[in-house]
Amino acid sequence: MSLGTAKPKNIRRRDFIKLAGTGTLAISAIPLPAHSTPVSTIAAIEKLIGPKAPQDDKVHIILPEIAENGGTVPLKISVDSPMTAEDHVTAIHMFADENPLPDVASFYFGPHNGKAFVSIRLRLAKTQNVVAIAETSDGKAYIGRKKIKVTIGGCGG
Amino acid sequence: MASKDIKPRVRIPKKVKKGQVFEVKTLVTHLMESGQRPDKDTGKKVARDIINSFSATYNGKTVMKADWHPGLSANPFAAFYVVAEDSGTMEFKWVDDAGTSYTKKVNVNVVSE
Repeated sequence: MSLGTAKPKNIRRRDFIKLAGTGTLAISAIPLPAHSTPVSTIAAIEKLIGPKAPQDDKVHIILPEIAENGGTVPLKISVDSPMTAEDHVTAIHMFADENPLPDVASFYFGPHNGKAFVSIRLRLAKTQNVVAIAETSDGKAYIGRKKIKVTIGGCGG
Repeated sequence: MASKDIKPRVRIPKKVKKGQVFEVKTLVTHLMESGQRPDKDTGKKVARDIINSFSATYNGKTVMKADWHPGLSANPFAAFYVVAEDSGTMEFKWVDDAGTSYTKKVNVNVVSE
């Protein structure tokens, strides 16, 4: 990365620290079990699944520990589910919580899929958590998250 | 992006047994311009142009639907599973922000043994 692109990044970092210092970045009161999930991601999750409190098991995220290139990072998500007509995963939503736009993708499933699994490649701006939410046919939601280190961001900033 | 640059690819097993859960791998060449990247000369953000929806049907029945956002990488890849029923065709469709759609058909070969 050239010095020219590195400079504005530093300024943004500075601004961020200032904001954090003055308390402008408020902590949301939403009772998600999302220890450090940023407000924008919580908002994006709520927009998709409504005010459900997702449970912490069943969602498995396979992601490299370190991504040298944030521009394309392989991501696999599987959810424990029998995928029968009575009990199946209806949707898997993915978020990258520190990206400028946290939404990544939503995939919609049914019993015809046999396995609640999806594999994609995503862009990551910096070191952050990838969050996956699964919705099931009985109206419940499950959450999984995994931290990934990103050496070079992939959002062009 | 001119449609001739877009090349959708789909890979499924050559033969599947009835009831088998098989993997479907898809890839489409697309820049997926996120709307976040500044132009090198003007410094302004390059307008967003991504594929925002993907769907797959198997003998006319929708087996996968997805909404995509700028967080997906360029040349977006997606893999998922489908239960084999009868021989027939799977059709795949990608739609980008300009409303252009790209499609691909593959034959599913279901064998009895």
